[in-house]
Amino acid sequence: MPSRSVPEPVQVVKQRRDEALAALVGGVPYIAFLGARFERRGDELTALLPYGDALIGNPLLPALHGGATAAFLEMTAIISLGWAVLWPCIEEGVAAADALPSLPKTIDFTVDFLRTGLPRDAYARASITRVGRRYASVKAEAWQDNRARPFAQAAGHFLMPARDE
Amino acid sequence: MSVGYTDEQIREFFVTLPHAAALGLTGERVGDGQAVMSMPWSERLVGDPASGVVHGGAVSALMDTCCGAAAMSHPQVSGAGATLGLRIDYMRPATPGQTIRAEAICHHLTRTVAFVRAVAVDEDESRPVATATGTFTVAGA
Repeated sequence: MPSRSVPEPVQVVKQRRDEALAALVGGVPYIAFLGARFERRGDELTALLPYGDALIGNPLLPALHGGATAAFLEMTAIISLGWAVLWPCIEEGVAAADALPSLPKTIDFTVDFLRTGLPRDAYARASITRVGRRYASVKAEAWQDNRARPFAQAAGHFLMPARDE
Repeated sequence: MSVGYTDEQIREFFVTLPHAAALGLTGERVGDGQAVMSMPWSERLVGDPASGVVHGGAVSALMDTCCGAAAMSHPQVSGAGATLGLRIDYMRPATPGQTIRAEAICHHLTRTVAFVRAVAVDEDESRPVATATGTFTVAGA
């Protein structure tokens, strides 16, 4: 019988992935300022923005501040990009502390406000259209109660951190 | 001054919005389709802990608020509109510890849309930190 390596226990794999995500997200004060969190299913991330009064931009409607929405989409894009860089390292068994990448830098970011952001929780996901050695193109979409009715979408270019060769 | 509100009312409205207050925004000047607003550096707004540089999202919120105020203060606009689109170009990281100041101008207005552009600088005003272009709905159109 050829010897085969025993797969790692699922909780070990999950713990390593969750610790890596927590390290990536936990290092950014502005994410905590907005109150945003990231949830993970395998390698897929969903950003959560629990409703808070400090996110309101128009108290008369009331509606979420466009700036808060734009910031939420931008951090979703940046963390998703950082996560995509980090993921292969985690899967090779490298601990997050040894593999944490510098975060990508935004070059430009364009937001479409599709409808009013309601005073309730919001969610967002990013999709990486292309990531090269230096530049990346990312789209992001945010929704609230209804996944099929996004209230904002965005696209941007990012400068990838220089990697040691 | 816009038709519906005084410049001071518009300035007050924008800097006391809950999210603007949370960011610590101050309005220096609002009127005649132009606005100047500032955002002091704060540890809470940092996006890159290694450098202490403010997160782009906070700059976006400053730009959105400043552009919105400029649009609402246009002489032919009578109420608050909503942001339709906002594009930000980041030219360089803002220097940690320094206030970021945005200047916005509503340079064109139709019956339905206000077109606004803005520049953000820190203490080195000769090199912009970011520029923005925004489109806003026009109230009462």
